[in-house]
Amino acid sequence: MNTLFDKIWDAHLVDRVEGGPDQLYIDRLYCHEVTSPQAFDGLRARGIRCLRPEKIVCMPDHNTPTHDQDKPIADPVSRRQVDALAANAAEFGLAHFGMGDPRNGIIHVVGPEQGLSLPGMTIVCGDSHTSTHGAVGAVAFGIGTSEVEMVLASQCILQPKPKSMRIRVEGSLGKGVTAKDIALFLMKELTTSGATGYFVEYAGSAVRGLSMEGRLTLCNLSIEMGARGGFIAPDETTFAWLKGREHAPKGAEWDAAVAYWKTLRSGDDAVFDREIVFDAAAIPPMITYGTNPGMGMAVDGTVPALGDIPEQGRASFAKSLAYMDFQPGAPLLGHPVDYVFLGACTNGRIEDFRAFASIAAGRKKAPGVTAWLVPGSQAVARQIAEEGLDRVLAEAGFAIRQPGCSACLAMNDDKVPAGKYCVSTSNRNFEGRQGPGARTLLASPLTAAAAAVTGVVTDPRTLL
Amino acid sequence: MKQKFDIIESTCVPLPLENVDTDQIIPARFLKATTRDERFFGENLFRDWRFRSDGTPNPDFVLNDPRYGGEILVAGKNFGSGSSREHAAWAIAGYGFRVVISSFFADIHKNNELNNFVLPVVVSEDFLAEIFAAIAADPGARVRVDVPAQTVTLLATGRTETFELNPYKKYCLCNALDDIDYLLLQKGKIEAFEKRWSK
Repeated sequence: MNTLFDKIWDAHLVDRVEGGPDQLYIDRLYCHEVTSPQAFDGLRARGIRCLRPEKIVCMPDHNTPTHDQDKPIADPVSRRQVDALAANAAEFGLAHFGMGDPRNGIIHVVGPEQGLSLPGMTIVCGDSHTSTHGAVGAVAFGIGTSEVEMVLASQCILQPKPKSMRIRVEGSLGKGVTAKDIALFLMKELTTSGATGYFVEYAGSAVRGLSMEGRLTLCNLSIEMGARGGFIAPDETTFAWLKGREHAPKGAEWDAAVAYWKTLRSGDDAVFDREIVFDAAAIPPMITYGTNPGMGMAVDGTVPALGDIPEQGRASFAKSLAYMDFQPGAPLLGHPVDYVFLGACTNGRIEDFRAFASIAAGRKKAPGVTAWLVPGSQAVARQIAEEGLDRVLAEAGFAIRQPGCSACLAMNDDKVPAGKYCVSTSNRNFEGRQGPGARTLLASPLTAAAAAVTGVVTDPRTLL
Repeated sequence: MKQKFDIIESTCVPLPLENVDTDQIIPARFLKATTRDERFFGENLFRDWRFRSDGTPNPDFVLNDPRYGGEILVAGKNFGSGSSREHAAWAIAGYGFRVVISSFFADIHKNNELNNFVLPVVVSEDFLAEIFAAIAADPGARVRVDVPAQTVTLLATGRTETFELNPYKKYCLCNALDDIDYLLLQKGKIEAFEKRWSK
């Protein structure tokens, strides 16, 4: 009780359905091209319009190619889906940031950077990584297409209220340890279902000390522990980052907003359904060895032995290692890497490119490694150029591509071939996620850069 | 597809793996469809487990094993984790499953199943193991899911458990009504909320 989650949720409660879920009012709905077309079809079939079109923002990101964005998309099936979003946005009177628009990019990168996601809001999108927006102090969660249709039609959603969990990470992070490593560590500790049914508030001095980019990465990965969403109470870091952004309040409205946002914190007497504390100093740079994000280990550690796995999980564990062609108990350091992917809603922000460049600077891309560096948005791409990171990376043999979801889920042409190993800053290492047969090792931008310049799995601390 | 639920009694398809994610249920390359053609998604259910890379059926995968069939899919713990894609629920429905039994479901996928008139039934770990064992012993083993009574019974042993289903969702499933039908009737409450909230 008296948690920040309760405050935001309860403030948006329109009604409680008798014997059922809560009817929750939604401040912001984002639509991308993959999970929305059937929802718009639903509106047409029912003969209805959007109740509050001004609260809805659309942009394509999953299918967009990461090169030649000034030309029509070559794949006709991808093009049809992207065109359908533009047509639906026009028909229903919704904002649309199309491919090539200076505001376009991955929805979960663009929303916060445009000031469209603000503290205290309820935010949904037909995408499980909507939890990202929780970093600004919002209750944000992923939904299915039927639920997208609910929000389009009524600006409301029917949801059972999740339980609340607080995860505190206290102390100082070690050298070479990033927000991504915190998240991979939490997934390993909690498993991919450890937070199912919960909304997570991240707190503690190590979380407070994260930049907004780091907070966005941490909240992004909440779903990979099964959580409905994750958020961080807004503070001066949040306000300083949001101030002056395109859709953030201005002038007197800004002052009033900040005064309200400062009240958005869990009470000192707040009671969570579950509370866990971790020591930041115990978190190493992480990497995954298996086919779900909870299968992580210290980059200089070893794959678990079969005996470490509970009996009922052994079939899945063995299937996973067979897919990856890794042996139980083996180290990963020195294992050859074929591809490196920097980007996605997880790690496609400016700080991620700075981190990657900090290791690439003065070194060369390893021969034999194919590297895809994909900014999360047009704005990130512009900032990379303004800061001269593109030149540093070019000298090291790396090219910057155009923004989109790209190789995170390989719905465009950026597919990792079967059997190849990819150290990836994305969010999922599921079988076939980066292309049929592709083998994904999730890691931070630093660890990805270390692999890119050495051609093998490398502890980034040795290069810092 | 909207259809009324009552009592379903069927043989089962066993998938005794944990953490089956929605990328396996329906891989991303099948998400480019712009229509809700459940048959198309059903044909590609578990595509990369069901077919080999040359397109021929993988005889080792349960959906290609002629001994198993029915309207009930029985899966290991944490079924439907990962992506929010509702296409996964469309694929399960399109294949012909009406019930999925597991000891644990991921949240978003569970909602997606319910919104597509596929019933996720949560049973204890112990009962799940017993159902798997019964199907392994006899692929013809039948399970009865009584939605009005909220019970699931393994006919071979007679063991029964009750399962959770909130009264609102139960009413929707038994009467083939969806959440949007409900929300469209709430416009007055929504506008009253907006007036309150703008202050």
